[in-house]
Amino acid sequence: MTVSSQAERSTVEGSRDETFKLTPRDPSTALGMTSKLEGELMEVSMGPQHPSTHGVFRMNVSLDGEIVRKLKPVFGYLHRNHEKIGENTSYLGSMPYTDRLDYFCSMTNNWAYALSVEKLAGIEVPERAEYLRVILAELTRLQNHASLLGFLLSDMGAWGTPLMYAFREREKILDLFESLSGSRMMCDYMRFGGCRVDASAGWLAGAKKIVDAFPKFLDEFEKLIVENEILIARTQEVGKLSADLAISAGITGPMLRACGVNYDIRKVDGYGFYPRFKFRIPLGEHGDTYDRLMMRALEMRESIAILKQAFAQIPAGPIVNPKIKIRAFKPPVGEAYGRIEAPKGELGFYLISDGSSNPYRYRVRPPSFINLTILEDLCLGHTVADVMVILGSVDIVMGEVDR
Amino acid sequence: MIGEGILKGMAVTARNFVGSYFEKDRLITVQYPEERSPLPENYRNFPFLIYDTDDVEAGLRCVACKICEKECPPQCIYIVKSEDKKPDYMGKPQFYPAVFDIDISVCMSCQICVEVCPFEAIKMDKVFELSTRERFDALLQRKGELSKSNTYYHSIHPIEAAEVDAKLAEAAAKKKLAPAPPKAPPAAAAPSPGN
Repeated sequence: MTVSSQAERSTVEGSRDETFKLTPRDPSTALGMTSKLEGELMEVSMGPQHPSTHGVFRMNVSLDGEIVRKLKPVFGYLHRNHEKIGENTSYLGSMPYTDRLDYFCSMTNNWAYALSVEKLAGIEVPERAEYLRVILAELTRLQNHASLLGFLLSDMGAWGTPLMYAFREREKILDLFESLSGSRMMCDYMRFGGCRVDASAGWLAGAKKIVDAFPKFLDEFEKLIVENEILIARTQEVGKLSADLAISAGITGPMLRACGVNYDIRKVDGYGFYPRFKFRIPLGEHGDTYDRLMMRALEMRESIAILKQAFAQIPAGPIVNPKIKIRAFKPPVGEAYGRIEAPKGELGFYLISDGSSNPYRYRVRPPSFINLTILEDLCLGHTVADVMVILGSVDIVMGEVDR
Repeated sequence: MIGEGILKGMAVTARNFVGSYFEKDRLITVQYPEERSPLPENYRNFPFLIYDTDDVEAGLRCVACKICEKECPPQCIYIVKSEDKKPDYMGKPQFYPAVFDIDISVCMSCQICVEVCPFEAIKMDKVFELSTRERFDALLQRKGELSKSNTYYHSIHPIEAAEVDAKLAEAAAKKKLAPAPPKAPPAAAAPSPGN
């Protein structure tokens, strides 16, 4: 953590709080402090390493005592040239790279990319494949939200216990992914026109058993968080986001719905077979951190409802469109933007094709990155301790922020 | 009563702690490396080349078509075709790879090479304990280290290996039946002018 004197710079650039004034340092006094003891802003770099696994993300905060006056996020520590690699790799070859964007939710990343390419090339997906995609996406959402609640609680000082409870359930879901696609997290499962491997009846039965046991875990987990006085004191009225600011900043996902805006891409776009399932969208009232937390807890229950319906309705049939070749896949010239409701927000892929086997432009719309732009507005006026809680509630994954 | 929420949370953790002595599913840690959890059938970690029979050189299925090298996203495969040919499992002379290197540190186990291989020559292995003490040499696996037998493939992926064997046997049977039809028309044409 570096400490630098704010007064050495001539202006306070970009400070949101116009009324805050600095007194210049008088070199004749000892320690550089004036007799009025007005002090100066202390700039702290809440460095790239974090005790809680937020990834490599740095925030330069300017503090007045404990209150945050300015916050500048610095990221790019995990930049891996994903979009440029996409331009030099074939469409199929980019699929394993999309796993590594939001490394917690590889199935939804794959689905967003497959959806964009299917839109670009006009490919149809068979029924069973669509149901499998929904099942895997909702399982991903379950494990992502459970992990997030665990991370947030461990940020607040609950030293890993709720995190390990959440990871217990997460490991069960990841074991399902491993037995289906071969890998716990980097699944590389979706293909253009369907899925890669079929799910056997045994796999579906195992998944159903895990989903049936999930509400019991959720009840137990909610006992840890919902009425906990420490949590309520630390998260209510902290990091309030107004609906107007959220909409104008492009925030999506549970963060937007916590402000009361009813916008869920599963209902708005109706991609995949989501219109066939009955599920509710939880909405928050205050837009503070507590609402964002409870959004995830409530969304997990809705995901379980979707999963139960999907398990009941899934038909037999092919899992991939047989007309699509794997090699030498050349979509027609054009552009397409495909988006899904990833657990973090709206994940979109914008592809421009010039008729060759590599895309001309490959752009990812990362929800974590766009949700992070609002961090300064959320943290102003709060203390340093609140900054970590607010950061935890934004739900970022650096693989997606930096790509 | 103030603190009631905290006490409820503590009751949950206490129940988990005491329960872990009695219920097996509360104590989920696998004491690696003394115990290992079994890997599922589909688990994949690193590719390997298959050879049929017991002869590493003659039974190698790879014909150095270089499709996997082309499709590999991080381009970790390096193949050099041989000058001469050797007969493959159907007796047809094919090239074979003189050099076939995969760099473990680059490979991301995406198994696209397996999907695109037309000859069922490269499959995914299950080894993950690949750590070495050298930084560079041991991370490049050459043809010798990559070639493993079909019996090994059966032992690690029984269901998949059975399917692959059935597919290859079917292709070989079709190939054997194919020469018969072209001979029939000349024999059928002969009696007709006489009639």
